[in-house]
Amino acid sequence: MTVNTAYLIRGATLPQGTRADLLVQDARITAVGTNLDTGSGLTVIDADGLIALPGLVDLHTHLREPGFEQSETVLTGSRAAAAGGFTSVFAMANTLPVSDTAGVVEQVQALGDAAGYATVRPIGAVTVGLAGERLSEIGAMAHSRAQVRVFSDDGKCVHDSLLMRRALEYVRTFDGVVAQHAQDPRLTENAQMNEGALSSELGLKGWPAVAEESIIARDVLLAEHVGSRLHVCHVSTAGSVEVIRWAKSRGITVTAEATPHHLLLTEDLIRSYDARYKVNPPLRRDEDVRALREGLADGTIDIIATDHAPHPKESKEAEWDAASFGMVGLESALSVAQTALIDTGLLTWNDIARVLSQTPADIGRLADHSHCFEVGAPANFTLVDPSTTSTFDLARLAGKSTNSPYLGRTLSGRVEYTFHHGYPTVGAAAVRPADEVATAAAAWKAGN
Amino acid sequence: MRHLLTTKHLSRDAAIQILDVAEDMADVANREVKKLPALRGKTVVNLFFEDSTRTRISFEAAAKRLSADVINFSAKGSSVSKGESLKDTAQTLAAMGADAVVIRHQSSGAPQVLAESGWIDAPIVNAGDGTHEHPTQALLDAFTMRRRLYNGQSRGRDLDGVGVVIVGDILHSRVARSNLWLLETLGAHVTFVAPATLVPLGAETWPVAISYDLDATLAAEKPDVVMMLRIQSERMNAAFFPNAREYSREWGLDDVRFAALPTDTIVMHPGPMNRGLEISAAAADSAQSTVLEQVTNGVSIRMAALYLLLSGDREALL
Ligand SMILES: [Zn+2]
Repeated sequence: MTVNTAYLIRGATLPQGTRADLLVQDARITAVGTNLDTGSGLTVIDADGLIALPGLVDLHTHLREPGFEQSETVLTGSRAAAAGGFTSVFAMANTLPVSDTAGVVEQVQALGDAAGYATVRPIGAVTVGLAGERLSEIGAMAHSRAQVRVFSDDGKCVHDSLLMRRALEYVRTFDGVVAQHAQDPRLTENAQMNEGALSSELGLKGWPAVAEESIIARDVLLAEHVGSRLHVCHVSTAGSVEVIRWAKSRGITVTAEATPHHLLLTEDLIRSYDARYKVNPPLRRDEDVRALREGLADGTIDIIATDHAPHPKESKEAEWDAASFGMVGLESALSVAQTALIDTGLLTWNDIARVLSQTPADIGRLADHSHCFEVGAPANFTLVDPSTTSTFDLARLAGKSTNSPYLGRTLSGRVEYTFHHGYPTVGAAAVRPADEVATAAAAWKAGN
Repeated sequence: MRHLLTTKHLSRDAAIQILDVAEDMADVANREVKKLPALRGKTVVNLFFEDSTRTRISFEAAAKRLSADVINFSAKGSSVSKGESLKDTAQTLAAMGADAVVIRHQSSGAPQVLAESGWIDAPIVNAGDGTHEHPTQALLDAFTMRRRLYNGQSRGRDLDGVGVVIVGDILHSRVARSNLWLLETLGAHVTFVAPATLVPLGAETWPVAISYDLDATLAAEKPDVVMMLRIQSERMNAAFFPNAREYSREWGLDDVRFAALPTDTIVMHPGPMNRGLEISAAAADSAQSTVLEQVTNGVSIRMAALYLLLSGDREALL
């Protein structure tokens, strides 16, 4: 596969269920139809039985660079994204230095452009140093080359009510959105897992659902009061789904995400004290998982976002209290979504295209994104084999860290191909080499 | 029995076996030579990440009476406090040839992590982890109850129908949890008495009655055993209750409450006690108090646990 190759994708199943051939040339889809002509110089990909999805968009990724390169870099994280079928990722601001200036967000964006595995869109910090005290230079980040539109202190909650109000108002100036990590800090001091009978039995400090729900309730009321849009990160409880459902019924402009792990895994796994299951917000009860799935099905929850959070081995090979929060999720997201939502009949593939591509792109104001397979659309898409069921193993991971909760677990589906700007980042279920992808990205950039 | 990590997962038969072997061990303590050769050549490591001289010397005495070699590894002031991981510590102990590890750790679950990690292939004894469990304390408490209630006819007996009231900081108490699971397994019925702030969330789903009123509970239950838990003063600062005076007035075993108890009610405390706070001096020093017996019995229980984990052959014992 070389840079200027044209590709004919033969017999793919589109999200709404129809079959089509797709012709890819010069980073665009140039023809859609049946029995498209096989001209010379075309690389033909047999997509019989594969589902074509618009390139997946992750609104919540931790790429860790700059500052925590032992966990992940922009290159390795976007490579993990490609392996999972993603063509765009929004990189969270809790780097070191924090992504709270134009300089840092432009650096992250440039690293992403150079790597070429996915479009990297930096998220800017709401407050300087994520300290929750003063607004960061939101305007400078919005007007930088990175054109930041999503602002978040993720990892920390903007808990000061007045500061949150100002942030909601101020980002509206730039058509931005605040993505809130909803966690009352006082109610969760040293908290370790969902609070309930199990946390009491295991002797792990409880993380009450109300610590999340009370912040969401306050924030939707603030958003209503000032007329701004609000995005809620990683909703994890049934009560949060209820609050958001109520807010939407009042016409409040709130969007919400759920992570793959909160859609599949429950707190019972923590009986093992295996720190791979330690995550913020924590895994919850079975009834919470069911409420999140129903929320996605009825549109209360708008999107799935991974909260991909790489950590080095030593951060997880430890007693529970000492271990880090977070799990990698880019490579497994689509398989988890299929297992939790498609196989259970709650969502269709068309819904998956909506919650993992179209709506996150809309929320993040991602430019030049199309969820339709139509002539002229950018050639960002992924081809998935939904018929396989396999044990998720280390070979499926493509980032720098291996803190996946799914290792050894049976999941449905597998990403076979990912195309970014018309060149493959994944081919025949294998991530393409970094130098090949970087060369293709440079060629695309030169032609744009 | 491969490890002793919890009482939650201890079967009735296994629990009674430990209690019965502890009776044998207690008999040894009455001999002229208080030492058995059972674990000669074995090395027991006391790995203490949290200060507890009482528990450590109890395990040390138990191991020595079985002729084991003992290494005390206190994590305070060692490389562990300088950031060495549990994994490195465990691998170091394995390399030194530890035959069993007794671990006390401030993090709940640390003994289980150690047991299941593959870092070290030795039996692990949980000597108290965070607010999770303290199984040898619960076993010695059950042993003490059995001895008092059955007057030397303890062997083979469970605690069917025995009423136990546990009073105090249930929320932060690994002793309360381990006691509940073990007492439930042995057929006793347990009541927790505490202010609502110190009752663990979700405890209403556990096999326990919950009360906020100590006087009403003592009057209604007429329990065979009243167990007072140590209250830590830092709980006041975290708004679990207003001050020591109010706590003592509502939930302390003071002289008046103690005097109102039937004379055969057993009074227990895992120690160390705050005299005058959760228990009065008169109650603590009374004939009904088992505080010192608990200390003595602790050595027998820990001998039994180490013996069963490292040798497992009861017939060869005596
Ligand atoms: Zn977060």
